[in-house]
Formats: sequence, C-alpha cells, structure tokens
Amino acid sequence: MSKSIISLQSIDKDYYVGDITVRALRNVDMDINEGEFTAIMGASGSGKSTLLNILGCLDKPTTGNYHFDSELINKLNKNQLAYIRNRKVGFVFQSYNLLAKTTALENVELPLLYNNSVNSKERRERALNSLEAVSLSNRKFHMPNQLSGGQQQRVAIARSLVNNPVLILADEPTGNLDTRTSFEIMSLFQELNEQGKTIVVVTHEQDIAQFTKRNIVFRDGRIVKDQRIKEPKSASEALRNLPSENDDIIELNIGLRK
Amino acid sequence: MNIINLIKLAVNSLLRNKLRSLLTMLGIIIGVASVIAMLAIGEGSKISIEKNISNMGSNLIMVFPSSDRRSGVNLGSGDSKKLTVGDCEKILDECPSIKSVTPILQSNGQVISGSSNWPTSLRGTNEYYFEITNQKIGSGRSFTFDEIRRSSKVCLIGETVKENVFGENSDPIGEKIRFNKIPFEIIGVLESKGQSTFGSDQDDVIIAPYTTVQKRILAITSIHQIYTSAISEEASEQAVTEIEESLRKAHKLTGSEENDFTIRTQEEIMSMLSSTSQVMTALLAAIASISLLVGGIGIMNIMYVSVTERTREIGLRSAVGGRENDILWQFLIESIFMSIAGGIIGILLGICSAYSVSHFMNWPVVITLNSILLAFFFASIIGVFFGWYPARKAAKLDPINALRHE
Repeated sequence: MSKSIISLQSIDKDYYVGDITVRALRNVDMDINEGEFTAIMGASGSGKSTLLNILGCLDKPTTGNYHFDSELINKLNKNQLAYIRNRKVGFVFQSYNLLAKTTALENVELPLLYNNSVNSKERRERALNSLEAVSLSNRKFHMPNQLSGGQQQRVAIARSLVNNPVLILADEPTGNLDTRTSFEIMSLFQELNEQGKTIVVVTHEQDIAQFTKRNIVFRDGRIVKDQRIKEPKSASEALRNLPSENDDIIELNIGLRK
Repeated sequence: MNIINLIKLAVNSLLRNKLRSLLTMLGIIIGVASVIAMLAIGEGSKISIEKNISNMGSNLIMVFPSSDRRSGVNLGSGDSKKLTVGDCEKILDECPSIKSVTPILQSNGQVISGSSNWPTSLRGTNEYYFEITNQKIGSGRSFTFDEIRRSSKVCLIGETVKENVFGENSDPIGEKIRFNKIPFEIIGVLESKGQSTFGSDQDDVIIAPYTTVQKRILAITSIHQIYTSAISEEASEQAVTEIEESLRKAHKLTGSEENDFTIRTQEEIMSMLSSTSQVMTALLAAIASISLLVGGIGIMNIMYVSVTERTREIGLRSAVGGRENDILWQFLIESIFMSIAGGIIGILLGICSAYSVSHFMNWPVVITLNSILLAFFFASIIGVFFGWYPARKAAKLDPINALRHE
C-alpha cells in the first residue's frame, strides 16, 4: 500500500451568501495515495472547485479533517498554508495565469522566488529543468503572448513542477484548448504520472477523464461515483489517431473551392 | 521573498509601465522640486538680510528717545530733547561692555555746488561713527577730534551725492558744497554700501561733525540718537542692560517711571526681519508641500489601479506560496521606489530651478543640505504612507477570488 497523500474525513464546506447558506461540500470522505492520477468530475456547482481549493490549501473546510502529506491542514494559519502551497503543491489553471511581459523562464521561476532556501543559481537551474521536462527549452525567453495556448499551458505545468511538489492540482487544464492540444497536455500529465507524480485534475469532460486512472464524480457536494480505471487510454495514442491538421486544411481548401 | 528579489520585482514592474510610472512620479518630482526651490529662495533672502544687517555693524546698539507725552498728548519722538552729548559721555564712562559711542544728529536739506543741487540728508556724528556702523571711507579722510571740537565745516559725502552733484568719475575732495547755505569742505567720499534692508539708499548721505550740525545747522543742544557699539556681539545684551542703567541714572528716573528712551540692538532688528522672511519661507514651503501631498495621492491612486489590474497576478503569487507580507512588500516597495526616484529627480530639478531663478531674476538663493534631506525624507514617507493602503488591499485579497478575477 503506497503512502496516503490526501485524506479527507467528513469534510463540510459552507458558504454564506447574505442570509443563504450554500452547502458546497457535504460529508466528503476521500483518500488519494501517492502516484495516483485522479479526475474529479461533475457539473458546475457540484462542489468540485470548492474541493480543489481545499485540496490546494487555498481554503479550509468548515468542518472535518484534512490531512495532506500526513499534516493536519485545517489547523494551520494563512502563512503556514502559504508555506505548504509553496513547497508541496503545484497549480495548473484553466487560463494558465502566466505573468504578462515576463519570460517563460521567469514565469517558471516564480514559486521558487517565495522559497528562501533556494538561491538564484539553483532557481535558474531548476526552472530550466522544468522547462526541459515539458519540452519547451527552446522557448525559455519567449513572452506568454509569443506562445500558443498549448505552449502557455506547458509553461504553467513547468511552473507547477519547479518546486518538486507532492501533488499537482490542475483546474480544467484543457478548458481553453482545442482537442489536439488537450490531448497533448493530457499526454504530458500521463508522462509525469508515470514518473511518479500524484496528479488531481478537475474537469467536466469525459474525454479528458478517460486518460486518468481514477474518476471521482461529484453531484451537489457529494461523491456519487468513485471508479478506478484499470487500463486508462493513452493520450499520445489518441493524439496519433486524430486526423492530422494538414488533412483539416486540405478539407477546408476543398470546401472553399466548392 | 528576500529584499533583493522584491526590489528587482518592483523595478521590473515599474519599467513595464514606463510612461505611467513617470507620470505618477511627476507629482512627487514637482512637489519635491518646488519645496527645494522655495526653501532655497527663502534661505537666500534670509542670508541676504543677515548680510545687509551685519554690513551696518553687527555690534551696533541704537538709543532713541521715547515718544514724549505731555498732559496725556503723545508728541512723538521727533522733537524730543531728552538725549544729550552728556548721555554719550556717561555711557562711554559707565558701561564696560561698550567700545565706542557717537551722537547722531539728522537734518534734511538741499546741497548745492556750482550749478548742481541734490536733496539729501546731513548726519552729524563723531569720528567713531565710521567704526560703529562699519562705514568705510572710499577716498579722503575722516574728520579729526580737533575739527569736532572747533565745529569745523568739513564733511564726507556718499557715493549717490557725489554722482548727482559732481558726476560719476569726479574727485570732489577739496571742493566746497553748501548745505542750507552753509559751505562745507569735502574731505572724503564714503565707500558705497548700496541699499539697506529696508530699501533706502545708504549712499545718499553727508556726514559732518556733530558739533557743526548741532550748532550751525540745527542750533539745538540735544541730540537725536546715540549709536554705540558693544565690545563684541555676545556682549551686546550686557551692554543694553548697562546703557539702560546708566541712562536711567542720568535722566534721574526712579523705580516705577518708564524709560524715556528706547534701546534697539542690531540683533533685534535682525530677528524681526528674519522672522518675516521665515514666515514667507514657511508659507512658500507649505504651498509646495501641498503639491507634494497631491503627488502622494497620485501614487495612491495609481497603486490602487495597479492592484485591481493585477488581481490575478496577486492571486497567482498567493497560490504559489506568496505570504501576505510578501505581497504587501511587493506593492509597498513599488510605491516607495517611485517616491524615492521621484524625490531624487525632484531634488535635481529643484536645484536647477533654484539656480535658474537666481540667474535670471537675480534673487539670492541658498540650497541647504537640510532642505534636501527634508524633501527627500518627506517624499519617502509619502511613498510609505500612500503606498500602504493599496499594498494592504493587495495583501488581503482572497487568492481564490483573485484567481477568478476577470
């Protein structure tokens, strides 16, 4: 049995909007072990984003216990949470959230800037390694606006890797991307998972979830399905099976001629 | 995050919006520059006043008769006959802090020489007058004790009188000049002193022995004023006490009676004048610091805009482990940096404008290190003060909402 990374015990999360109490999570129990690749699914309003915020130590549950990497999170203060996020969590967002007018390399360096035990030389080295891992070494001095959506998301993934996190959390990482690029990103996640990274992806697309090893479905703040997939589809294979872009262009050209 | 990275971050983010940063700094630049320039002008005028006054003799103590009051009617001090040559002698004898004394008599009239004439004032003094008032003799000589004793009709004339009666490059020594029909022989020309602090021409004067003025011109026994000089600037306070004591005794004033004379020291006049110029300086500096304040509000405004604009960046920084203090310092250092950079540019601009004022308008300016430090200090304080609230707003943002901000 591998080490437990995430352990949720009867987690509730309530929001107060005026007089109304919104119960975003109700009595959620969940365990995620090291090396798992999990998709958290559900329609909007199902509580999956709330869960992600709690998993990422951005928010604390109203009641219940959350152990992350054997540490009880719901007792920590803001600075301690920031420390955990900095050292143990890597975030990937739907809209990449790269800093504008900042090179890819500097974007990747960002989390290490908040880690005083890493000096500037080591920071640079680790950022370069991270970019290498997402095959973007040749784009390190490009600004985000000089990169395609997929490349920007890969920079964001490099940034999430740079602190060598215990957990990578991806919030709709393919939401802004076309199918081909989405598959590329998922293939990258699969690769990272094979190297032993624990990854949690929040998505509402079945297409994306099929590449993970475990699907957890939420509805109205509760887990309604928790399914392990023995042999997930390979994203790189799916990518190969897609009609090539050139075919699309040819078809388009034919269409225009007609 | 360590301080070097924070500073790098702030500089980069300011450089990313060069025009905006510059325009924001402009408020501070103008504020600091005007504070520096105003203080320089104020300090310059103060120093020039002080210079003028010490020109008049910095140890000078003047004694005037008090206004005369007879049956309740205030007669003013003009015709008072309370001071006498005897008082002068008493002061010289009884006051150890006094170096020299001269009686002063004053008369206005027309001087005539040949076909030229000029209205001026005649001042009767003794030979110590020149030393007491710091009046140097340009050419010729001063009068002698013997000439005073004999009420000789000799005089020294000021530059203005010389120019108007004899012409600019003339040598009037030995010439005769008539004042109210009495001919005086010119034995010397006074060195030019220029305008006094009060704007009167100090060179428009004729100096003659007091005895001559007293007997031949005014025909009175009293004198108008007494000028004395203390042995040193520090002794002038002591000298005032001694003079007062001596004159009260000479005028037979008893305990409760008021002095029938007034003593003025150069120091009093100086402090009066410099307090006037200080008020002016303070006023100018106050106006200038309002512009500094407005500049600070400009910084605050832009920082608020910047925080709102960069909400997602703040969310991201927080998500990847930036603590509240890291975020706070990032924005605070940006505003401090802007105000300090603005302060430095403002100081340079202030110095330039102060010197151009002195060059083109001929005003005396003095830039003191204090005014520079003061302006710089206030600029930095403004950076902290007006940067604090926007920076705090940034630090207190909830990362979840900040990341979703559109």
